[in-house]
Amino acid sequence: MNLRALSLLIIVVVVNGIQGQPLSPAAPLTVLSKEGRRPLAVTLVGDQEFVALDDLAVLFQLTVREETLGAITVSYKGKTIVLTTDQALASVAGKLISLPAAPVRSGRRALVPVEFISRALTTVYDTRLDLRKPSHLLVVGDLRVPRVTIRYEALGTGARLTIDAAPRAASVVSQENDRLAIKFDADAVDVALPQIPAQGLIQAVRVADAVSIAVDLGPRFGAFRATAQPLEAASRLTIDVVAAQTDTPSPGSATPSPGPPGSPAPSGAPLPDLSGVGQSASAIRTIAIDPGHGGDDAGVVGSGGTKEKDLTLAVARRVKAAIEGRLGIRVLLTRDEDKKVPLDDRSAAANNNKADLFLGLHASASLRKGTTGAAIFYAAFDKDAEDKARASLGTERLPTFTGGSRDIELLTWDLAQIRHVDRSEQLAHLLEQQFHDRVPLSPHPVERAPLHVLESANMPAVIVEIGYLTNVDQEKQLTANEFQNTLVQAIVDAVVKFRDALDADRGIR
Amino acid sequence: MTSRRALATGGVVAAACVLAWLLFVGLPRWYGAPATGRVADAPTTAPTPPGRKIKARLYYVSADGTRLITVERDVAYGEGTVQQAREIITAQIAPTAEPLVSAVPPGTALRALFISDRGTAYVDLTGAAAAAHEGGALNELLTVYTIVNALTSNLPAVTAVQILVDGKEVDTLAGHVDLRRPLAKDLGWVQ
Repeated sequence: MNLRALSLLIIVVVVNGIQGQPLSPAAPLTVLSKEGRRPLAVTLVGDQEFVALDDLAVLFQLTVREETLGAITVSYKGKTIVLTTDQALASVAGKLISLPAAPVRSGRRALVPVEFISRALTTVYDTRLDLRKPSHLLVVGDLRVPRVTIRYEALGTGARLTIDAAPRAASVVSQENDRLAIKFDADAVDVALPQIPAQGLIQAVRVADAVSIAVDLGPRFGAFRATAQPLEAASRLTIDVVAAQTDTPSPGSATPSPGPPGSPAPSGAPLPDLSGVGQSASAIRTIAIDPGHGGDDAGVVGSGGTKEKDLTLAVARRVKAAIEGRLGIRVLLTRDEDKKVPLDDRSAAANNNKADLFLGLHASASLRKGTTGAAIFYAAFDKDAEDKARASLGTERLPTFTGGSRDIELLTWDLAQIRHVDRSEQLAHLLEQQFHDRVPLSPHPVERAPLHVLESANMPAVIVEIGYLTNVDQEKQLTANEFQNTLVQAIVDAVVKFRDALDADRGIR
Repeated sequence: MTSRRALATGGVVAAACVLAWLLFVGLPRWYGAPATGRVADAPTTAPTPPGRKIKARLYYVSADGTRLITVERDVAYGEGTVQQAREIITAQIAPTAEPLVSAVPPGTALRALFISDRGTAYVDLTGAAAAAHEGGALNELLTVYTIVNALTSNLPAVTAVQILVDGKEVDTLAGHVDLRRPLAKDLGWVQ
């Protein structure tokens, strides 16, 4: 046995670090710069998106050096970022920057998480880098690339599209045969498209080219009216579409829904006719109900076998039926089947459907089997996060906790709830009042906590923890018909009180 | 034969020395030694006597299950803030016996702990912290603030804590508490 060879082999193994996860190609990032558009290849490792350091080196004139012991240095104009292949961290001038994953290897190429661009590279690069992960865009330099969000809502027999562009960008609407074209005064647009339920007026909304959106019109289309309105930090374009005739088509004969099956939006499902409710009748027209967990995430499982995911869905369906039936308010369920829905998608479904209230339903667990009682949670934000979010309004990027800077997109999305926290607290206390003497309450019935799903909700939002599945008696109670009816009635009563309070405030103004 | 063997042994020793130098001297020096934590007000004093302890406030689930209680316990002394932080977390997540109940899921171990120069501690726990969690929002809050408060209330240099699982940032442990940002001390969860 050649011991020298063996020792060398050991060193080689230590240096290279074995990565066992499979790599697969994913949709590339589009790099937008003054020079035009270029794709940047993305590789998926598990759920995480990676880009090759070699590709970044070519795009941004970086010098990438592989050092011994798995370290990689990335240099740009005398500034250096140090990475190691087994740590989800980067070091820039002695500061640690956390990454969602450690670098991995694909053959001789080193791959880094895409967040490396927004967290580490941006701290050494001399031009603005704006990574917009949800839309797979990387904006280099000061280009005008507004984020365009589009919301669809049914209004009586008509429909409305609300199109917000932030930062502000002017737009022109024109009709070309069976479609509307909306052209923005910008270098490119970053569009989040809405789910459009089948209704025969608007078939689909899609991206037409780099600066235009097309609205495909359906057979019932009669006329449209577009109004532009400047908001504080965005331009709002409202397009109202009315039907050609006054007859209401039956939902069964409507054009098939373009939305994907099983999407959180109520695609395919006939929306209740809200013509009687009217758009100005009340401050609450849509409520999003979020049954916690689902799919392979069962949530809490009681000793009697009750799964939180099943209980929350059953209660959510009852609440939906009660609110729609008794109050005539549209209710959107973030899931209406046993499937896993990521937390961000739940708040996104509420935001995109312009819900006026978000109600999460969960059940609790305790390591002390005696713990019982319902509690209502609303969002808490760290003082720093709050200050930074407030200070950031109108700015483009913010410092991170770990040094460097971060795109504003992350903060606005994560912190959308901040301006609704007072209303959320009011709603929590109204629920507590209505639960009193009807639904057993925890010793701390209203709690404030940094809960993920609430933070991105752009409306008053609470989570109701209806009781403890880890308590044998309470598990039996929670699954009983009688209890669920009482709970649902208490929730409906609280929604009425909250709506009345909002309407009263609006009336005073 | 003997000289070849001596040569081979010498080679191994030399390679081991180079490797050891790189790992313990060369790499930290060249890497800027981020992992050793500049926050550490680490006085370089005489070697620590074996068995030296400090008193630390650790957190366990209250009898009614809705808050944490503070328990003062002996924790091994650690040289510098980072080492002391590791000792505190190791003691905090160690299995407990009745009447104490730990909000940290059984089987959870500490993989790594770093402190940034802004005083944010990154506590990297093994997968059991998420996989073995019983769920429930309040229960998850108690788990998270057990870790956050154990560091922030014992080490003034630590101002916030971000929990990582298996070396990665996670959204939550069990679907509720946002772990995407570092969390500051919150004694509201303590009785």
